[in-house]
Amino acid sequence: MLEIRGLRARVGGNEILKGLDLTVNAGEVHAVMGPNGSGKSTLAHVLAGRPGYEVTGGSVTYRGRDLLALSPEERAREGVFLAFQYPVEIPGVSNVYFLKAALNAVRKHRGEPELDAMDFLALVKEKAKVVDIDESLVKRPVNEGFSGGEKKRNEIFQMAILDPALAILDETDSGLDIDALRVVAGGVNQLRSKDRAMIVVTHYQRLLNFIVPDRVHVLMDGRIARSGDKDLALELESKGYEWLEGQVAAR
Amino acid sequence: MTAAESGVFRAQYEALTQDGTGPGWLGALRRDGFAHFASRGFPGPREEAWRHTNVAPIARATFALPEPGRTVPAERLSRLDFGGAFTGWEIVFVDGHFSRELSSPSGAEGVRIGSLADALRDEPERLRPHLARLAPPDDTDPFRGLNAALLEDGGFIELAPGVAPTAPVHLIFFSTGDAGRPTVTHPRTLVVAGGGSHATVVETYAGAEGGAYLTNAVTEIVVEAGARVDHYKLQRESEGAFHVSTLAVELGRDATFSDHNVCVGGALVRQHVEARFAGQGGDCALFGLFVGDGAQHHDTRTLVDHAVPHCTSRELYKGILGGRSRGVFHGKVLVRQDAQKTNAYQANQNLLLSKEALVNSTPALEIHADDVKCKHGSTTGQLDPLALFYLRSRGIGEDAARSLLTYAFASDLVSRITVQPVRVALEAFLHHRLPAAPQEAVA
Ligand SMILES: Nc1ncnc2c1ncn2[C@@H]1O[C@H](COP(=O)(O)OP(=O)(O)O)[C@@H](O)[C@H]1O
Ligand SMILES: [Mg+2]
Repeated sequence: MLEIRGLRARVGGNEILKGLDLTVNAGEVHAVMGPNGSGKSTLAHVLAGRPGYEVTGGSVTYRGRDLLALSPEERAREGVFLAFQYPVEIPGVSNVYFLKAALNAVRKHRGEPELDAMDFLALVKEKAKVVDIDESLVKRPVNEGFSGGEKKRNEIFQMAILDPALAILDETDSGLDIDALRVVAGGVNQLRSKDRAMIVVTHYQRLLNFIVPDRVHVLMDGRIARSGDKDLALELESKGYEWLEGQVAAR
Repeated sequence: MTAAESGVFRAQYEALTQDGTGPGWLGALRRDGFAHFASRGFPGPREEAWRHTNVAPIARATFALPEPGRTVPAERLSRLDFGGAFTGWEIVFVDGHFSRELSSPSGAEGVRIGSLADALRDEPERLRPHLARLAPPDDTDPFRGLNAALLEDGGFIELAPGVAPTAPVHLIFFSTGDAGRPTVTHPRTLVVAGGGSHATVVETYAGAEGGAYLTNAVTEIVVEAGARVDHYKLQRESEGAFHVSTLAVELGRDATFSDHNVCVGGALVRQHVEARFAGQGGDCALFGLFVGDGAQHHDTRTLVDHAVPHCTSRELYKGILGGRSRGVFHGKVLVRQDAQKTNAYQANQNLLLSKEALVNSTPALEIHADDVKCKHGSTTGQLDPLALFYLRSRGIGEDAARSLLTYAFASDLVSRITVQPVRVALEAFLHHRLPAAPQEAVA
């Protein structure tokens, strides 16, 4: 599904990704862990096509295509979804309108007919259950005045509506209490499927108790420093990132 | 004196003052107005109040009086009256003159809705206490003097104390001016809302497509004690039009006034909005949206005069500027020495959609009292790149995302409009101006 080779990227003049390799197959859930500032969000934004995130080397192949050649909206329509670490507030645009515009853009791209208001509302009702999101939030302006937890739920809710092939969840767990974490993780688990790949970015091992990953990667200083199975996350939890930092420095 | 001052304006002034009809006080008003205008002429760019708005194209133009007997194409009128969705009283003026055929029968118990010309002819004494009281000829704005000198017609709306008609009143001023022969009108409107009454008044200014003309309008609104007036002005003049206007409002004790100023048309536009508290407990809200494109120039100058204590004013103006358009906002809140316990808020927010667009924003507080709560602010920026990316990351195309955010910028002002056909018309306009924007209400 996704093959990243030697990816290098600069943000604001600094090289953040320094030759990153990662392969994710359909049906798999990969966790990307790493200390703050190691480049996890940069990777997520580069994959989503954020302007100003300049790719200076390497390649990203998504379903056999050059992902980096596509605009952000084309990537989304091709099934790439990024759940933002810091979801953006958009006053004046209602969540429901925003989602309908997004879904219909995606459907149009797939050659499917646009959903009318009735069908769309039925879909909203169904998917709101996945993350137990309050339906009143759906009518409010996008993320405006939402609590941290509501914003994160809203991201997963959007994911459920848009039904992506590749979902990148950037620290969807941060700022959630344990109950909210359970709900959000439960939502993500419901969306696991053999056709979908997920990259779950997290700083803490905690989330991985709920979303059990197929692979765990540790991102340090713009590169994957170590990959392993779910036990790697537990090892990191007990030994701390310093354990790997020493190894990276020694390399 | 320029050609324009000595030409059509003087000729019209002489015709109006020499025909001998009309009350004596009106003649005195005309003389005073013309004296103010003639003694100083059109303002030059070196005058502080006109620094950002050069009216040379108006001063240079050779205007003619509109030919009598013209009309508004039915199809056009139906668009201006919201495609029939408007359920209030409608009064139409063509080239500055009341059109009985195009207007709907007006008035109800305690509600007088008609033309100023009729009132000047039939019962001038009703007008005398108020006409040109709030917007008298003065030295800073010669257009006001010119209007006083040459006024002939406009709306006259009078509500008896306590009357609250449910239907709004819509005044449509339509100019037929054609490109080869710029015309000029001086609409004059007076609204007197008696104590405890409630009125909703919508003014639309528009003209024939491609028409070149000057609208020089003055509207005075007296909101007496405990009364409430909600006023809307839709400036939808033709592309080549000049539009200069004054809205002067006086709020009596415990009176409430709101203004919704939608400024989207015209080539060169200058508006004055002035509200003065004459009694305690008044509440005044001024909202404005100006949308410029191409080479449009929109200048609005507001003044909220807290002359007495215990009044509240809120003001929010937003500008959306594309192309090479220019917006000017100059807002002043004056809190006089006696006006303790004043609560005043003023904000101007502008969105620049192109590199060539420009806005000058000058919010100003002048406070002479010490126990007051006043706040003001001004921001000018572009669309938020992160918001744009967020929308695009969900599959929404770049143009659509831009339109959506632009529309969202204006949406709080749009949603404040409670006269539904007016709101729908504004939404439609914004969708039309922002082609990739959504085809339905957004928030
Ligand atoms: N817009 C930006 N401009 C400049 N530097 C940035 C920007 N965004 C992130 N960075 C820098 O890039 C590095 C990696 O950040 P980020 O990818 O957010 O890390 P993580 O998500 O792993 O905490 C940090 O040093 C951060 O300061
Ligand atoms: Mg991050």
